[in-house]
Amino acid sequence: MSVHDKTVSELAAGLAAGDYSSEELTRACLQRIREQGSALNAFITVTEEQALDAARVADQQRAAGRAGPLTGVPVAHKDIFCTRGVRTSCGSRMLDNFVSPYDAHVVERLNAAGMVSLGKTNMDEFAMGSSNETSYYGPVKNPWDTRAVPGGSSGGSAAAVAARLVPAATGTDTGGSIRQPAALCGITGLKPTYGRVSRYGMIAFASSLDQAGPMARTAEDCALLLEAMAGFDRRDSTCVDQPVPRYGEALNRDLDGLTIGLPKEYFGEGLDADVARVVDAAIEEYRKLGVAFREISLKNTALAVPAYYVIAPAECSSNLSRFDGVRFGYRCENPRDLEDLYKRSRGEAFGAEVKRRILVGTYALSAGYYDAYYLKAQKVRRLIRDDFLAAFNQVDLILGPTSPTVAFNLGERADDPVSMYLSDVYTIAVNLAGLPGISHPAGFAHGRPVGVQLIGAHFDEARLLNAVHRYQQVTDWHTRAPEAFA
Amino acid sequence: MSLSNEQVENIAHLARLGVNEQDLDTYAVNLSRILEFVEALGTVDTSAVEPLAHPIDMVQRLRPDEVTESDQRALFQSVAPSVEGGLYLVPRVIE
Repeated sequence: MSVHDKTVSELAAGLAAGDYSSEELTRACLQRIREQGSALNAFITVTEEQALDAARVADQQRAAGRAGPLTGVPVAHKDIFCTRGVRTSCGSRMLDNFVSPYDAHVVERLNAAGMVSLGKTNMDEFAMGSSNETSYYGPVKNPWDTRAVPGGSSGGSAAAVAARLVPAATGTDTGGSIRQPAALCGITGLKPTYGRVSRYGMIAFASSLDQAGPMARTAEDCALLLEAMAGFDRRDSTCVDQPVPRYGEALNRDLDGLTIGLPKEYFGEGLDADVARVVDAAIEEYRKLGVAFREISLKNTALAVPAYYVIAPAECSSNLSRFDGVRFGYRCENPRDLEDLYKRSRGEAFGAEVKRRILVGTYALSAGYYDAYYLKAQKVRRLIRDDFLAAFNQVDLILGPTSPTVAFNLGERADDPVSMYLSDVYTIAVNLAGLPGISHPAGFAHGRPVGVQLIGAHFDEARLLNAVHRYQQVTDWHTRAPEAFA
Repeated sequence: MSLSNEQVENIAHLARLGVNEQDLDTYAVNLSRILEFVEALGTVDTSAVEPLAHPIDMVQRLRPDEVTESDQRALFQSVAPSVEGGLYLVPRVIE
């Protein structure tokens, strides 16, 4: 049975038609993860038994006439989402021994929709990284070229979907962690509006930026997943109480009359020329679909990464103070006193990048520096958001490259944090402004995938999914599989 | 902005984060580089700009002051490094 190349919606149709059972499908995916997936290191934990149990329940639901559109379809969760009874490591030694006592909201929702979780995907430690190299469990390899990084921090999810190990996965995005790995691995990934999806049970990194979203091969699949993931949850105080649109119903709308803005700052210095050519070709495709383009300016773009690298570390230093070696997670051996327990537990269990960010954030929030760094960054954040709000008075969506380059090689930027941070130069501003953004495959440069990013106004996910779906109906980049995993 | 090893040690103490002596030089270089990078924020005048803490204009939701959680102490303490009689154990803090 060759089911690995099918999308979520194709699998849903196959299950509904009785072509295969969820148990057969789940067994096929698990076998593929075992046989083909190990070279990629995309999973931290594979939950075979629980997956087969869930698949059998899904098959019973279907037999009883209670199947929904996602019933019986396999999925994988980024290891940042708490899963009851299953290790939830967040890619860190700190939580290597942490078996979560409860499920994250997103996990609950997808379980309730009948999806079958195959396990937990690898990620940068505490979602801090753009290459998956900061994981305690070792780097993930890019299925298109195993010398290359998959991007990060949701690199395991992106690689697993790109290598056809699983049709869809969850991710989180604080500065580009869904969109950048989606671009570098040649899949489709959506970061919803801040507050659209509950973060209950999603381990916090930077709370004014974090958001969960789907990663799959197509916009159609992302629409199906988002519809199941989104919705009000009182356990996340930032989760908005707004109805969830039927994203699937808007997918086929005509793009005639749609205006997309091209920010001139996203096409300047630092953008790889071959990546730019791919983006230009995508613009031509959208034009043929009836889209009108106009140049816009997001004039504070250059300040987005600096503002982010004050705000995100500041919030991280506060959020990660909960890892104290007392209530859960790693504790050092034979602490001399309480201070030694804190310092050594944290010092031994956090990796270098996490420590760097805790230190930067602690400094930025410390007495005498708060105004100069944190408050200043928050003011610049308003300017960045206002640029977007002004742009959306002129255009419906914004388009540009997702990342300035294709996937770089493992180790290439590991010693230079700032060059690593610049990998997210086009994605970070979107988080600062709380907007939804989607990355979709649009071609290749230097033999590696290129992603195009579309950015929408707050809560305009339907329009993003609609535009990308129409593009994917007339192009086939999203159907390309890495040769070794075809 | 350049940080000395002593400053890094002090910040690490504030964060209750153990840092190895031999890594101090690298941290000092990396952190200085990051701080130099974020100095670009100073190039824009923000004297008339209000800080933005959250991207969406929202107010804190209120809820009735009611007990909604059941006692799950045993479950939550099952993942703790050291507990006894329902209490978390830490090194002695009062002599």
